[in-house]
Amino acid sequence: MTPPPTSTPPPVGAVRPYTVIVGLEVHVQLATHTKLFCRCPVKFGAPPNTQTCPVCIGLPGALPVLNETAYYLSVVTALALNCEIPAYTKWDRKNYYYPDLPKGYQISQFDLPMSCNGWLDLSDAQGRCSNRRIRIIRAHLEEDAGKSMHDEIAGRADTRIDLNRTGTPLLEIVSQPDLRSSAEAKAYLTELKLLLTYLGVSDCNMQEGSLRVDANVNLHIPVGSGTPEEIIETPIVEIKNMNSFRAVERALDFEVDRQYREWQATGKQKGEMPKQTRGWDDIHEVTKPQRSKEESSDYRYFPDPDLVPVTTTTDQLEAIRSTLKELPAALRLRLITDYGVTPYDADVIVNQGRTLADYFLAVADQCGDGKQACNWVTQEVLRSMKEGNLTIESFPIPSLELGRLIQSVQAGKLPRSRAKEVFGVMLEQILDLDTTLSRLGIQAVDSGALTDLGRELLAANPKVVADVQAGKEQAIGALVGQAKKSNPNVDPGVMRQILLDLIRQSAG
Amino acid sequence: MSLLDHSALELLALLQSNQVRAEQVVTESLSRIEQLDPPIGSFLHVNHDGALAAARDVDRRRHLGQPVGALAGLPVALKDLICTIDQPTTCASRMLANFRPPYDATVVARLRAADAILIGKTNLDEFAMGSSTESSALQRTRNPWNRDHVPGGSSGGSAACIASDLVPLALGTDTGGSIRQPAAFCGITGLKPTYGRVSRYGLIAFASSLDQIGPMCRSAADAALLLQATAGHDRHDSTSADVEVPDYLKAIAQPISGLRIGILRQQLDSDVDPEIHRAVTEATYVLKSLGALCQDIDLPHSQYGVATYYVIAPCEASSNLARYDGVHYGFRATQLTAAELTASESADLESEGPLVRMYRRTRETGFGAEVKRRIMLGTYALSAGYYDAYYLKAQRVRRLIRQDFDRAYQQVDALLGPVTPTPAFRFGEKSQDPLSMYLGDLFTVSANLAGLPGLSIPCGITVQGLPIGLHLQGPSFAEPTLLRLAHAFQQATDWHARRPPTS
Repeated sequence: MTPPPTSTPPPVGAVRPYTVIVGLEVHVQLATHTKLFCRCPVKFGAPPNTQTCPVCIGLPGALPVLNETAYYLSVVTALALNCEIPAYTKWDRKNYYYPDLPKGYQISQFDLPMSCNGWLDLSDAQGRCSNRRIRIIRAHLEEDAGKSMHDEIAGRADTRIDLNRTGTPLLEIVSQPDLRSSAEAKAYLTELKLLLTYLGVSDCNMQEGSLRVDANVNLHIPVGSGTPEEIIETPIVEIKNMNSFRAVERALDFEVDRQYREWQATGKQKGEMPKQTRGWDDIHEVTKPQRSKEESSDYRYFPDPDLVPVTTTTDQLEAIRSTLKELPAALRLRLITDYGVTPYDADVIVNQGRTLADYFLAVADQCGDGKQACNWVTQEVLRSMKEGNLTIESFPIPSLELGRLIQSVQAGKLPRSRAKEVFGVMLEQILDLDTTLSRLGIQAVDSGALTDLGRELLAANPKVVADVQAGKEQAIGALVGQAKKSNPNVDPGVMRQILLDLIRQSAG
Repeated sequence: MSLLDHSALELLALLQSNQVRAEQVVTESLSRIEQLDPPIGSFLHVNHDGALAAARDVDRRRHLGQPVGALAGLPVALKDLICTIDQPTTCASRMLANFRPPYDATVVARLRAADAILIGKTNLDEFAMGSSTESSALQRTRNPWNRDHVPGGSSGGSAACIASDLVPLALGTDTGGSIRQPAAFCGITGLKPTYGRVSRYGLIAFASSLDQIGPMCRSAADAALLLQATAGHDRHDSTSADVEVPDYLKAIAQPISGLRIGILRQQLDSDVDPEIHRAVTEATYVLKSLGALCQDIDLPHSQYGVATYYVIAPCEASSNLARYDGVHYGFRATQLTAAELTASESADLESEGPLVRMYRRTRETGFGAEVKRRIMLGTYALSAGYYDAYYLKAQRVRRLIRQDFDRAYQQVDALLGPVTPTPAFRFGEKSQDPLSMYLGDLFTVSANLAGLPGLSIPCGITVQGLPIGLHLQGPSFAEPTLLRLAHAFQQATDWHARRPPTS
């Protein structure tokens, strides 16, 4: 299909002679226990066709009844995406034939979706994309279809159908074509997923199909030299079958190059051919044409007479808005302003998910030092999680214990030099702070005792004193070592300072 | 003298006072069905053993002094598009000829809870699409008053079995007149309740926004009894009304003096059979003599009712019937081998692929002509470029029709007119001319479009010996008023007690 390139594509990183236009349609499975219009469970991985009833398999006479939790979760999400929630929304039937669609229509929302006109702000302190506001056209609720499994055994094409998924609540979130690169698309998806998980409205598990992404992409190519510049738009292509954010990024990169080459080869513009659907092949890393439904289908949408419209009052909306959880962007801001965390670190903490952010907040609140808490969490905790393949939920050191550890260092009860050792023991042996300290024999040494020890050491080592006075300050290291030997609780930094001070005093 | 000469209420009294046993009633009903139904053809399925077992169970419990339901021991026939877990549910279609639902409709569950005896399933126009029961793919049903005439439809089987005294009670469904018109043709009482009064869960949909289940019986009092047992909110039906169910039997006993009745003069003076005109006019005199206050009233938009109905109903039907595609249940056309295909079929197969071909052949052979006609009408009307001109416009007219009723009911408590322009017609008389068949629904469709209740009671018999129906309509949830008027009329006249000549 792909025509041979007529010219060499610009090298990666070079200024490209076109603008990339991307819009994303994201289907999110809402975190309900039951389906959108019946009470069948939606647990993933059940044996085929065991989570079905007359309603979701479309038996004659069965009728749908709205799952109010699904509607509530969709309102929560829409509010978090700054959408307008119309007072009145209704259900429509999207009619088409397919074996995994047992009613012959999908219950969806057509002209009066439950929300519209929102946005999601992208701000990436890690510098992967610029700060952007991506507009959202609409978010609407619909039921999922079943799953077709195509078997090709001994050359005989066989299809088996699992209707467990049929009727699962999906929220379809449609962005404006505001994204200008594959990196922005990925940043949008990452932020959206983070927001959804902060809200708790979806588990966003792509492997289990809880989050699915389709991309619409084309190019705007400036031609000629007139003002205003004449722009040629390439035909819009919808890309499906992308199973990870990385796949979205790669598929877009591939498609952008492909479209540019195709335009160079054929000169085809938007409107000169029907919208094409292409599937991403993750193994060969190419998009391939798919048979397009849009080409032939007229879905004959009309209002579903089996369901009643949903009306939402301003009071109800305000009540829901008041229960909205803190969103990632707000939390980042709070970490920066209230906890003294850098924008970069705020990003690191918040993007790890709400549980880690809560862990950080608890550590910081316990020790009263946001910066120290941030250092410990972003360095030691994250590193240990990575090394031990741990999640924050299963992390052995409770946030309060880590907070107390930092407090002990600040109070001088725990030598800074031994703090990481203590952390390591708490982690390995799953011990609390006090037990760890006593096992390691760590006790606070008061400064009077340290001064006495220093005097003894200086008296016994006149050569070292002389060396230091002669300018060889590093000679003091030997005495610090001896001090540690005589009392392992001695903080080397503190001891060093005391020794130097004593020498200075004796000299003065 | 048969036990089934008694009304349902009389039978209930006999059962409750232990003068007869449920088994006797059911045995009598079954034997009448066996003897008298073959030439009429009301029943598609008779639940012989199940009905007897249920009757014996009621007798046993009554004997032991255990509580029994409100309809304990009374046989009830069900139009065969109401799902029953223990009996086939065919919609009189090849498509579902062997279909057994794995669940009971809500009305069926309520009837079982009331200890009614589900005696069998009655014939209908295929998927309730028709006005004569002629479109049934499974059986012909004849009018018990004259077997050369249709029983009406689509609830023709339920109407015919009541008229023949095979059972005391039956349920029909009414989408555009399918309870009231066959009730009129067969000389019985049929009530289409307010939309939402009776749950549609388990009623196989024809047109979801219009369908409603209702009682078909010999008298308004019996209709009150059956409505009482089936009405009420159902959380499985989002469109069911959460409105308290009144005591219908108590309501009908009240006098009608002072009730204001609007005579639908335009309908009566339109191209209506003169005998119907006379019978309906005489009925108004009866009601006046009972103290009702009559005045003429006009529903200006009801003339557009048939056109509106034949857009909306097929649109919904085209989508409701999409599920019959041969994939998951019901009829699937056999796949022809390559050798059996004609050249053009082979070419089709090449172009459309085996799946589309299976869909096409299944729907081509599984559905009858009338069903296919309506699916095509609806598919067309919903198609891109036609939706606004047909579906949307029809919905706008529908609102105007409803507004006419709302205005009328500010002045009167009920409306009165003919149910049909003609008495029961002959087989074949209209089945070749769909438009004339559709126009027969002129007086009944508006109530469905407006979601309001309507009732048909017998009010005369033509010279030819065919029954004539009187149409009473009311505002939302005015079933008590309609039943009260009908009951008063039936106390004062004996049209409802007339029986078809026995042959």
